[in-house]
Amino acid sequence: MKTLSLKPTLKLPNGRIWTLGVPYFWLLLFFALPFLIVLKISLSSMAIAIPPYESLFSFTDEVMEISLNLGNFLLLLDDSLYVSAYLNSLQVAFFSTLGCLLIGYPMAYAMARSTPRQQTILLLLIMLPSWTSFLIRVYAWMGLLSDTGLINNFLLWLGLIDSPLRMMNTNFAVYIGIIYGYLPFMVLPLYANLVKLDPSLLEAASDLGSRSLHTFWTVTLPLSKGGIIAGSMLVFIPTVGEFVIPELLGGPNSLMIGKILWQEFFNNRDWPVASALAIVMLVLLIIPIALFHRYQSRQMEAES
Amino acid sequence: MKPFIHKTLLAMTLGAAMCGTAQAEQKTLHVYNWSDYIAEDTLANFEAATGIKVIYDVFDSNEVLEAKLLSGHSGYDIVVPSNSFLAKQIRAGIFMELDRGKLPNWSNLDPSLMKTLEQADPGNQHSFPYLWGTTGIGYNVDKIKAALGVDEITSWDVIFKPENIAKLKDCGVSLLDAPSEIFPATLNYLGEDPNPTSADAIAKAEKTLLEIRPYVRYFHSSKYITDLANGDICLAVGWSGDILQAKDRAIEADNGVNVAYSIPQEGAGTFFDMVAMPADAKNVDEAYAFLNYLLEPKVIAAVSDYVAYPNGNAAATQYVDEAIRNDPGIYPSKETSEKLYTFADLSPKVIRAMTRSWTRIKSGQ
Repeated sequence: MKTLSLKPTLKLPNGRIWTLGVPYFWLLLFFALPFLIVLKISLSSMAIAIPPYESLFSFTDEVMEISLNLGNFLLLLDDSLYVSAYLNSLQVAFFSTLGCLLIGYPMAYAMARSTPRQQTILLLLIMLPSWTSFLIRVYAWMGLLSDTGLINNFLLWLGLIDSPLRMMNTNFAVYIGIIYGYLPFMVLPLYANLVKLDPSLLEAASDLGSRSLHTFWTVTLPLSKGGIIAGSMLVFIPTVGEFVIPELLGGPNSLMIGKILWQEFFNNRDWPVASALAIVMLVLLIIPIALFHRYQSRQMEAES
Repeated sequence: MKPFIHKTLLAMTLGAAMCGTAQAEQKTLHVYNWSDYIAEDTLANFEAATGIKVIYDVFDSNEVLEAKLLSGHSGYDIVVPSNSFLAKQIRAGIFMELDRGKLPNWSNLDPSLMKTLEQADPGNQHSFPYLWGTTGIGYNVDKIKAALGVDEITSWDVIFKPENIAKLKDCGVSLLDAPSEIFPATLNYLGEDPNPTSADAIAKAEKTLLEIRPYVRYFHSSKYITDLANGDICLAVGWSGDILQAKDRAIEADNGVNVAYSIPQEGAGTFFDMVAMPADAKNVDEAYAFLNYLLEPKVIAAVSDYVAYPNGNAAATQYVDEAIRNDPGIYPSKETSEKLYTFADLSPKVIRAMTRSWTRIKSGQ
């Protein structure tokens, strides 16, 4: 960020344009282009054909006709289902992010404070589970949480409960699955941030008579803001559109936008409405994030 | 979903491994079929007989299959959609016409069944039935007796009367996550035409389904096999063969769970899973070899024995295991057959109303 704000000279050195070009090309190819294709489908109407939607452009007598169907977007406003599913997704994403933060922060903090040798081992322990397929780990949770699963059997054996606790197919299971699955995405940026924290600042605070908890609130926490934000974004954004975890662990009332998208696409075979929904979801996610990002970078500039 | 994802991943990995090492002359065939829907040795026998390598993937819903077919270039040579989905897919131009000259075993098919199936595929030009079955009720005999005091289930009352299903809430009830099957069952119970033609019919069924919704644990189209076998649920509205597989699994596991299947007296939906070839199939000759192999009476009889679904092959019935052939849950009696109905191809408008209503029902809102 900083280097960019130092007004670059008009002519970039030869190599740099290519290095800069690579990420832009990547964005164009894997973000802008697919986005345009989805946008195109969202403006067409359903048909019984391969692929199952009408073409936007038609040629008759050398005249190109373009027909745009805005009905798909209007339909989304028509029905409260889409709004409530979206709000529910935001809610699940928010609490999952909070959960990840509450669990992840102490972990990252402890890692950053341990010896370099321990750090390597702890880092490995955080990353080790992701060497197994994500799907298999979600299935493992199904085995743990089900009525006849390990947890219930253990509690029954201990005599703490008389009948199995209902955990599978509930929102509780969805939260467990999401927090478990996304925890590394919270811990790693936090750790990367906390490990760079200059210990002399903490020493200075304690020399000046600050207690450790007070030091944490006034020194460590504000300085790790960047890590908290990065980790939260990495958890929050994919969770909003999460499909697999609620589908496998959730019950029928864990209604999330990913599931609605699936229904439009598969049950209704209505690709245009599904695309319209995807576009709206993207826009609704991108705008607050972009605004937030701008606010952040301005603040960083002001501080520096 | 469970077997679906596992097996798909496995098949994909195997497929990828195969691509790397396949010799130019190795003949291959890509088949996409329902999960748990073939005998253990069918593919191996076919490979041994013909030298054609079969790459076999599975799905557990018509919707998933259809989405793949509609995007074009599915990469499969043989797929198995249900009759109610097939009609629209044929109109979309997905399938090629079958050349009966290459299918000498075609004459084994049951002519009266083929006539019924012309509704979906006029002239039977694109498909033939693989297996078929009914959508009925599977239950845990002991738990139902404990909860309701009955030895067997004979009516849909057990599901659609709130006072009955309420008693089963704690032991667990599951419904298929297939509005295209649950709505017809509900409408049939209410004495309406099982195939909805208007939003009004959907609304009517929705009202009934919302009343029983609080007592349903989950909606899923394959998980109930394992759960019924383990005793995690005590009642499932599901596909006949799947429930009979659950019964077998419980017997194998010797866990004391006793599963039974019922085609209730009010009648049940019948589905036919149809073998067809996408128009862009690459291994056409290999596909014909496999289709003809499936039409062999002994081959398909072995499949029926293994998965407990009847087939559409009249010549095969004599080879089907007696226990399967005489099980009224698998091969319904003449009396029951008269109460069965088939699923029709619904209009997009009705489908949309149905999906929307299904979401409301599932989320309980």
